Amino acid sequence: METLKKEKVELENQKSLRISGAEAIIHCLLAEGVDLIYGYPGGAIMPFYDELYKFQDKLTHVLTRHEQGATHAAQGYARVTGKVGVAVATSGPGATNLVTGLADAQIDSTPMVCITGQVPRELLGSDAFQETDIIGISTPVTKWNCQVTNASEIPEVLAKAFYIARSGRPGPVLVDITKNAQFEEFDFSYSYCKGVRSFTPYPKPDPKSIEIAADLINSAKKPLIVFGQGVILGEAEEQLKALVEKAGIPAAWTILGLSAMDTKHPLNVGMVGMHGNYAPNVLTNECDVLIAIGMRFDDRVTGSLATYAKQAKVIHFDIDPAEISKNVKADVAVLGNAKDTLELILPLVKPNKHEAWHNEFKKKYEVEFEQVIKNDVYPTKEKLTMAEVMEEINIASGHKAIIVSDVGQHQMIACRYAKFKQTKSNVTSGGLGTMGFALPAAIGAKMGAMDREVVAIIGDGGYQMTIQELGTIFQNKTPVKIVVLNNEHLGMVRQWQELFFESRYASTVMVNPDFVKIAEGYSIQAKRISERKDLKATIQEMMASKDAYFLEVCVEKEDNVFPMVPSGASVSDIRLK
Amino acid sequence: MEKKWFTISVYSENSVGLLNRISGIFLKRHINIESLNVSKSEIDNVSKFTIVVYTTEDWVRNIVGQVEKQIEVIKAFYHTDEEIIYQESAVFKIDSSLLFDERNIQNIIKDSHSQIVTVSRDFFVLAKSGRRNEIDEMYQQLKPYGIMQFVRSGRIAVSKSEMQISAILKEFNQ
Ligand SMILES: Cc1ncc(C[n+]2csc(CCOP(=O)(O)OP(=O)(O)O)c2C)c(N)n1
Ligand SMILES: [Mg+2]
Repeated sequence: METLKKEKVELENQKSLRISGAEAIIHCLLAEGVDLIYGYPGGAIMPFYDELYKFQDKLTHVLTRHEQGATHAAQGYARVTGKVGVAVATSGPGATNLVTGLADAQIDSTPMVCITGQVPRELLGSDAFQETDIIGISTPVTKWNCQVTNASEIPEVLAKAFYIARSGRPGPVLVDITKNAQFEEFDFSYSYCKGVRSFTPYPKPDPKSIEIAADLINSAKKPLIVFGQGVILGEAEEQLKALVEKAGIPAAWTILGLSAMDTKHPLNVGMVGMHGNYAPNVLTNECDVLIAIGMRFDDRVTGSLATYAKQAKVIHFDIDPAEISKNVKADVAVLGNAKDTLELILPLVKPNKHEAWHNEFKKKYEVEFEQVIKNDVYPTKEKLTMAEVMEEINIASGHKAIIVSDVGQHQMIACRYAKFKQTKSNVTSGGLGTMGFALPAAIGAKMGAMDREVVAIIGDGGYQMTIQELGTIFQNKTPVKIVVLNNEHLGMVRQWQELFFESRYASTVMVNPDFVKIAEGYSIQAKRISERKDLKATIQEMMASKDAYFLEVCVEKEDNVFPMVPSGASVSDIRLK
Repeated sequence: MEKKWFTISVYSENSVGLLNRISGIFLKRHINIESLNVSKSEIDNVSKFTIVVYTTEDWVRNIVGQVEKQIEVIKAFYHTDEEIIYQESAVFKIDSSLLFDERNIQNIIKDSHSQIVTVSRDFFVLAKSGRRNEIDEMYQQLKPYGIMQFVRSGRIAVSKSEMQISAILKEFNQ
């Protein structure tokens, strides 16, 4: 950090410096406070890597085993630090391998800057070796992208890229830099981007709408808050807690809102959506005022829109005007950064308790506990369940770990049962549902929070989509804890086949390799367990380990995740079995 | 919800790739662009897209939200046909002999208020500005005589109400 500050000062002091475009990229990154990047070299980005070699002491480059891994690692880093993650790749296949990560970051609003090499300017459009139109390809999955063909454009474009990635609703930006631009020398100077005239990142809160919202909240008999990642991105956790406590409003979260509020808080009523909790789903259709904060009414949250919260007045707090009334019509829209708008509404909100309304949540929780949670977390059957593994991790980590989950049944179980005390602790691919996300994202999360435990919870299917990142963990000695919940199936798809396709298990059975041997091949301490008696001690051993640790838990093969809102059904028709 | 004609006006920076970004928003929603025009606007260095779609108001609102969200878009508006003054232009290339042999051609030219842009030995060119149906009518009238080439522009439109772009730009500069 000290060297970074020095670098900043040095940069500001020197008026200009004659350097190559490639070196300029490095100075831009340093100026933006970047000290860690993920990437993979290749022909069109080699001048940059050559400069990187000279700046190793200031800028750490982590070589992932696939460019997709670089994007997810950058995302994991961004999600736990709140800073912009950076991934670098070469042209052609290197660039196209970034697409999944870009799409994931776009839909989950993750700040990321991707830098790609491109064929020299004079070869553009000639179908040169490893030329692909990455600007065209990445347009729908980036917040902004830009091709640079002259070295002199690099500082301005990169400054803008970082500004755009992190400002307002964050998102991924791609900058494509031709090889000639990396080689060319020019007089470098850097100035930070302070704004773009066609871009309004923070809409000004309108006092009138805040007043109307406050009146609605004050007169509500059965208010319900549903918060999303906007609270985390806007660093509005304190304000949310204050509002919830003052107005006595039960608060539920979307999968990306998880960890913004202590999971054990008495007013935290759990997850909404397809595999969310029973009470907040059912009571969404009974509340009189629905207060949505930094969430976007994804279809996995709302189920059938035709029957979603029709009885309620909807107040929507969001930073992105395009989200207002996109899926659910807002009666009151409160635009702005959640931290600002919540702070403004707080003094206008009257203290309240809503005890009877709370009891409805408690009663419904009891129902879910009896019918689902008890059997998940404290099973009496022989085989291990995913939820009891998660619960042991909660116990061993004291609710302090960062949990990175992949996509599938284990993800839903992890998010349903993980306990958090601290924000920015739940890293998962929500909007895109990208299998293969967790292992590389856990690497980034760990590197962004070295003082915290990072536990990746992954299915046997998704694990094999980015399993090569074990090499990154090995090479960098990244002490992540990897838990594969092995059900020998693409469990979530199998569950749908069982429930909606008459148990025709088309291509969802997995014949898996010896995962322990694979981990050991990378010199990662590894263990496999399949019996309850070994669970507690092994998880404790894993959490106590100073190094990376791989744990395969063989779980029940054909368990289903409940509750469940079948797709297209109403949230109040949520099934408990 | 009822489908209608909507004219979307987009004020933007003049940047490479923005057209692709904007058209992608329609593509993603499987909505066809009926007409598209890109030109300069009343403000220096600000471009204007005029896009015509036939869809519901819900969709057009959604699209305008997404368009406006693009970094290089300053502001986007949508209007129904009643809220704008709009025009299209068309050019017809026609065999010159018809001008002298077919008396009715001269009547068509006169009645349609079109202009003769050029006359050469082989062909003459007619230009016509107006509403889509006027141009269609003229097309139908000329068709029996043979049209060598025909092309019609995208819709261009100005709104009856104000589109406050200068204010936005001024605010940014402060
Ligand atoms: C890249 C990708 N391909 C396909 C899917 C569809 N999909 C969603 S969950 C799932 C099964 C995941 O299996 P596994 O990783 O073993 O986790 P489990 O559900 O068994 O816990 C699949 C195939 C996806 N989400 N992502
Ligand atoms: Mg599985």
